[in-house]
Amino acid sequence: MKAIPWLITDIFQKMNKSSFLLYIKHDTKMKNILFEIKEGLIISLKAIRANKARSVLTTLGIIIGVASVVLMSTAIKGIDKSFREGVASLGSDNLYIDKWAWFNNDTPWWELRNRKNITMKDFKMYKELAQLPMAVAPSVFTNRTVKHDELSVQFISITGTDYNYINTTNLTFSEGRFFSELESKGGRNVVVVGSEIAKKLFPHGGALNQYIKIGGRKFKIVGVLEEQGSWVMGNWNPDNQVYIPIQNIYKYFANRRSRGVTINVRAVNSGMVEATKEEAIGIMRRVRGLKHNEPNDFSINQQEGLLNNINQTVGVIQIAGLLITGLALFVGAIGIMNIMFVSVKERTREIGIRKAIGATRRTILGQFISESAIICLIGGIIGLSVAVIGSMVIAQFDFPVSVDIDAVILAFSISLITGILSGLAPAYTAAKLDPVDALRYE
Amino acid sequence: MNIIKIEHIAKIYRVGSEEVHALADVSLTIEKNEYVAIMGPSGSGKSTLMNILGCLDTPTKGLYDFAGENVSQMNDNELASIRNRQIGFVFQTFNLLTRSDALHNVELPLIYAGISSSERKERAMNALKSVGLGDRMTHKPNELSGGQRQRVAVARALVTNPSIILADEPTGNLDSKTGEDIMKLFHQIHQDGNTIILVTHEEEIAKHAERIIRLRDGLIESDTVVNNRYIPKNE
Repeated sequence: MKAIPWLITDIFQKMNKSSFLLYIKHDTKMKNILFEIKEGLIISLKAIRANKARSVLTTLGIIIGVASVVLMSTAIKGIDKSFREGVASLGSDNLYIDKWAWFNNDTPWWELRNRKNITMKDFKMYKELAQLPMAVAPSVFTNRTVKHDELSVQFISITGTDYNYINTTNLTFSEGRFFSELESKGGRNVVVVGSEIAKKLFPHGGALNQYIKIGGRKFKIVGVLEEQGSWVMGNWNPDNQVYIPIQNIYKYFANRRSRGVTINVRAVNSGMVEATKEEAIGIMRRVRGLKHNEPNDFSINQQEGLLNNINQTVGVIQIAGLLITGLALFVGAIGIMNIMFVSVKERTREIGIRKAIGATRRTILGQFISESAIICLIGGIIGLSVAVIGSMVIAQFDFPVSVDIDAVILAFSISLITGILSGLAPAYTAAKLDPVDALRYE
Repeated sequence: MNIIKIEHIAKIYRVGSEEVHALADVSLTIEKNEYVAIMGPSGSGKSTLMNILGCLDTPTKGLYDFAGENVSQMNDNELASIRNRQIGFVFQTFNLLTRSDALHNVELPLIYAGISSSERKERAMNALKSVGLGDRMTHKPNELSGGQRQRVAVARALVTNPSIILADEPTGNLDSKTGEDIMKLFHQIHQDGNTIILVTHEEEIAKHAERIIRLRDGLIESDTVVNNRYIPKNE
C-alpha cells in the first residue's frame, strides 16, 4: 500500500493537467471503494460474531468440503507421483521386446496369445546382431515362495536374467552387488533380493551372504537392493522381487506355460531410443523369419506407453475424486446459501434501518457477500488444517500424501469462490429490499 | 427558504385490480427551521406522506423538490444518498441495531457517508453527549431504557447534520414522562436551528410544533399555525 502514493506522483509527472484532474477523481473513487470494502468487512465480522452458533454450523459444511477437496487432490497428486516414479525407475531409455503388448487396442488378444514365445535363442541372435543398444538382457518371470529359517514370503516374483540386466536398469544396492558374469554364465545359486523381501526375511538386517530358499532351492544372497519405493508397480516393484541367473529358472522352475523371454534393451540415450527401436524391429523380424508381408509377431514396449496409460488412469481418478469431493463442497455451499437466506430474512429490519440511514444497494450487497465469503474463508482455513492433520495421519500408512502450497492456494480460492457464489443470491435479495417494507417487517 | 416543496403528489397502490389512492393530491412547502406536525387518523395517508418526505419511497405522480433537488425522479442510489446526507430519522420503534452498542449505532450513517473512522468516532461521541448519553456509549440497546434508546436514535439522526429531522410517532412507545423528555429534546434541537417534521396522532404531542398539517383520505384537510403552542419548560 505504501507504494501507491509513489506510483501516483510518478503518474502525475507523466500526465498533463487535464488528465491529472481526471486521475484525482478516479483516485478518490478508488479510495471510496476501498473504504466500503473495509467497512463492509468490519460490519460482516460483527454480524458473524453476533451469530456464533449459526456461523459455526454453517462453516462445518465448508470445512468438510474444503478438507475433502484438499485431501483428495493431494492424494491424487501422491498417486500420480508414485506412478511416475515407478515408471521412471524402469528407465526412460528402455525398450522391452516381448510377445505381449503392454497396451494393446488394435490386435485381438488371441493373436498375441498365438504368437510364438520369444526364446533364449532369439535373444542370443538379437544380441549378436544389435549394434545400437548400450545393454541388453533377457528376463523370465515366475512366482515362488521365498524362505529363510521360519520366515517365508509367498508368491514372490522371481526374475531370471543375466549379469547384463543391472546395466539395463537404474537399480541401486544397499549392500552387495548384482551377480557377476561368471556366476551368471555358470548358473550359480546366487540371488539379489529386493528391499521389502530382505526386510521380511531378515528383520534384524544382515541379509548379505545368507542363504534363502526359493521354491525349495538354496540360494546365496549376493546383493540387497536399496528401497526403490515404486509401490504402485505391484509385482513389478523391484522391492518385492528377487533376481537369479536365468539358467536356474529353466533348471529348477521350468514351466511349459511360461510366457517366454522378455528382452530388456537400454538405448545409449533418449535420443537414440527411436533408432534402437527401429533396429530392434528389423533384427527381430529377421530372427523370427518373418516374410515382408507378415505382421510383427512381437511387441516393442516402452515406458512411454505406460505413462500414457497412467495419465489416463490418473485422469479418471482425478475426475471421479474431484466430482465426489466437489459434491461435498457443493452441499456445503448450499448450506451457506440457505443460512444466508435465513439470515437475510431474519435481518430484514436491520436491512431496512441500514437503508433508511443511507446504505445503498451496493453496500448491502457487499455486506452480505463479504459475510458469506468470510464464513467460507474461516471454514477454508479450518478445512485446510483438518486436511493437513488428515494427510499426516494417512502418511503414517505409507500412503504418499503431503499438503503443499498448491493445496493451500486451492483451499483458499475454492472457499472464497464458494463464499462469494453462495452469498450472491441471498445478498441480492437483501440489496433489493424496499426500505419501507423492510422497516415495517416484524 | 424552502427546504421541501411538493406539488400535487399522489401515491397509488394497486391491490389486485383495484387502485388505492394512499395520497390523492397533496401540495405543501416546508421552510428551514420550521417545526411541523403531520396529523391524521390511520388510513389518512400520513405514513405514505412521511415515507415520501423521507425519500424512502417515490410518489406515483407529482413533483418533490428537496433543497433544490428533484427527488421524484431519483433512482435508488440517489435516494439513499439524500437520506444519508439530508434526513435524520427517528422512529416509533427506535430501529436501532440491537447487536451494536450506542456508539456504533450513531456512527452508522457516517460510515455510509464515507467518513474516516477517527472523525466518525468523535462526531458520534459528541452527538451522544448532546442528547445526554455521554456515559452510555458502550451500552447495547437492550441495556438501555426506552427513553435512552430513543435518545440514541435522535443522536443518530443528528450526527450527519441533516437538513430535516423526520420523527414518526417518536413518543409512541414511551410513557408520558419519558415522552415529554424526548419532546423537550426536540424543542432544543429546533431551537438549535434544525427543521423538524413530526408525524403523530396525539394532539398533545402535535402542540409542540409551530404548525399542524392534518390529513384525511389522502388529502390535506387543514394546514394551520398553532396558536396555543406548548413550550416545554426547562427545570
